[in-house]
Amino acid sequence: MTKNILVVGEFNQDGLSETTAELLTGASSLSSGGSVSIVLLGAGSQEKAQSSFSYGATKAYTIDNESFSEFLPDKWAIAVNDIYEKEKPDLILLEQSTVGRDLGPRLAFKLNSAVAMDCVSIESDDAGFKATRPCFGGNARATYSYSASPAVATVRAKSFEAKTQGNENGEVVQIDLAADSKVSVINREEVATEGLKLTDAPIVLCGGRGLGGPEGFDMIQELANVIGTDKAAIGSSRAACDLGWYPVANQVGLTGKVVNPDLYVGIAVSGASQHMAGCSGSKSIIAINKDPEANMFKSARWGIVGDYKEVVPALIEAIKSS
Amino acid sequence: MHFVICAKQIPDPDTPPSAFKIDETKNEVVPAPGISPVLSQFDGIAAEAALRIKEKVGDVKITVISLGKESAQAAIKQVLAMGADEGLLLEDDAFENGDHYTTALVLSEAIKKLGDVDAVFCGRQAADWDMGQVGLGIAQLLEMPCAIIGKDVDISDGKMTVQRVLLDGFETVEMPLPAVVTVSNELGEPRYPKLQQIMQAAKKTVNKWSLADFENLEATQVGEQGRKLKLEKLFIPASDSEVEIIEGESAQEQASALVSRLKDAKIL
Ligand SMILES: Cc1cc2nc3c(=O)[nH]c(=O)nc-3n(C[C@H](O)[C@H](O)[C@H](O)COP(=O)(O)OP(=O)(O)OC[C@H]3O[C@@H](n4cnc5c(N)ncnc54)[C@H](O)[C@@H]3O)c2cc1C
Ligand SMILES: Nc1ncnc2c1ncn2[C@@H]1O[C@H](COP(=O)(O)O)[C@@H](O)[C@H]1O
Repeated sequence: MTKNILVVGEFNQDGLSETTAELLTGASSLSSGGSVSIVLLGAGSQEKAQSSFSYGATKAYTIDNESFSEFLPDKWAIAVNDIYEKEKPDLILLEQSTVGRDLGPRLAFKLNSAVAMDCVSIESDDAGFKATRPCFGGNARATYSYSASPAVATVRAKSFEAKTQGNENGEVVQIDLAADSKVSVINREEVATEGLKLTDAPIVLCGGRGLGGPEGFDMIQELANVIGTDKAAIGSSRAACDLGWYPVANQVGLTGKVVNPDLYVGIAVSGASQHMAGCSGSKSIIAINKDPEANMFKSARWGIVGDYKEVVPALIEAIKSS
Repeated sequence: MHFVICAKQIPDPDTPPSAFKIDETKNEVVPAPGISPVLSQFDGIAAEAALRIKEKVGDVKITVISLGKESAQAAIKQVLAMGADEGLLLEDDAFENGDHYTTALVLSEAIKKLGDVDAVFCGRQAADWDMGQVGLGIAQLLEMPCAIIGKDVDISDGKMTVQRVLLDGFETVEMPLPAVVTVSNELGEPRYPKLQQIMQAAKKTVNKWSLADFENLEATQVGEQGRKLKLEKLFIPASDSEVEIIEGESAQEQASALVSRLKDAKIL
């Protein structure tokens, strides 16, 4: 059975976000030949819409207007709702991002339907859609079916693989719409990410409460320097962020960032399920912990039981001399 | 002013993964022996946010609402001990096995029925299903503005100001009351009730409303009958990782052994 799918896309100056490209690719296989459309809001959206066609969109709805450039969730919900009415998709997909986690529930409740948040896989069959997502702090997974339409899902980055489909053309529909927000933004601070982004780094070195203080992160920074700051980025457990030892923007886990690097090194991090929820997709994990019973060892490929104050300097030397 | 705190009782999220079990025939979590259910962490922090404002502005009544079984009284009592004034338990067999939509629907009808609510405080997500949608759902159903993932909340001159945590930064927003906010751990630790407060909490009123108390709600809209999301399967994902503990006489030996493993695996 064919399905019509609407993707709520995100973009920046450089183009469509990677996850949006993934969602479009995923949507085109889930649609079984039905339509895949995308909505892009804000100035520049018409131009960015072009690349959505190569990932499988056949139609792009845009509000190429400065007044939609700032993400205001209630206002954006009005816009996406308007496009829903035109397109009547069976499924609406959003990123599990600052946008999606705010907009997804609003849309679902507006449309009298249901949303599954932070999904890692979506399936489609004649009965409808099934969405699978982690729950219980990453200890379990739940698969849901929907008994209302449209199905709404926010999807975690890298749940689908982005692939171009050999198609370059589609229809761009520019919408004129005015909407207001009840919320006004007084101030917005982007945390500058100089250099390598945590979510792009092939190696993530993560520090936890067991570091005993912010100085521990200086030692981890040294380790990152010898590996190369073009390869290694630094993350932090929630406990370390809550103590003010490292910026929240670097928190890894259920309520922080999800990373899938080639190598993840947990240094004095116990590996609570809510932490592992943000890094268990890593290709290899190393645990450095003085407690041999620490949970991190259960997901690790390699482990060193010991005091990080001895192990990390030794690692720095070993890498230098190798 | 009148504030509402939405508080949910959940299985303790600090249950060690080894004690976390699922009954796959019932799609249910098996309560870990000897570990009592708790107030969802972020709801305690939401209560903290509301109480800080009450301390500042004075004349505020705080009602804590929980939708759940009789046992959820314990979660309500905990927030009462922190300093909330009155409890409200929404309990009915008809409410059971619902989804996040039906939860938000019943909570929003309760808030409507209270009548004079100026602000609703929720947790950013309940630490059982980790959905993060009920606060937004209540706001949508009551047509109130909403800000999620707050690290600082203030109310003055009929407006709520929320400092929000974004994935890559922070944002401050302002919205007119009545409004909904969801609160995150960056706000700080919830206060720890003193023994005397726990004793006082035992004397505070906890009202109970069942389906019959809601003129606007039918049995078909709530619980299992009203749900739009059906849990088909709950399972523990398989993990096949087998750790190699790198041994050695000294940290230096361990470190060079690890580095050579990483070279062999072409990671370094
Ligand atoms: C709903 C919810 C969401 C959450 N979201 C997140 C999240 O997004 N991210 C997150 O990280 N957490 C999250 N948590 C918290 C999580 O449950 C843990 O409390 C947290 O991850 C613990 O951080 P930690 O491992 O740094 O600290 P601890 O658990 O205190 O672990 C410290 C570790 O360091 C080791 N250690 C101590 N000293 C040394 C030393 N000298 N050398 C080597 N090792 C040493 C100890 O053996 C211990 O294993 C969440 C919790 C809940 C309930
Ligand atoms: N059964 C419930 N009773 C009271 N409040 C709830 C209930 N379920 C969810 N909430 C509130 O909504 C927030 C988000 O929940 P959720 O959408 O389930 O992650 C929680 O932190 C609570 O503040």
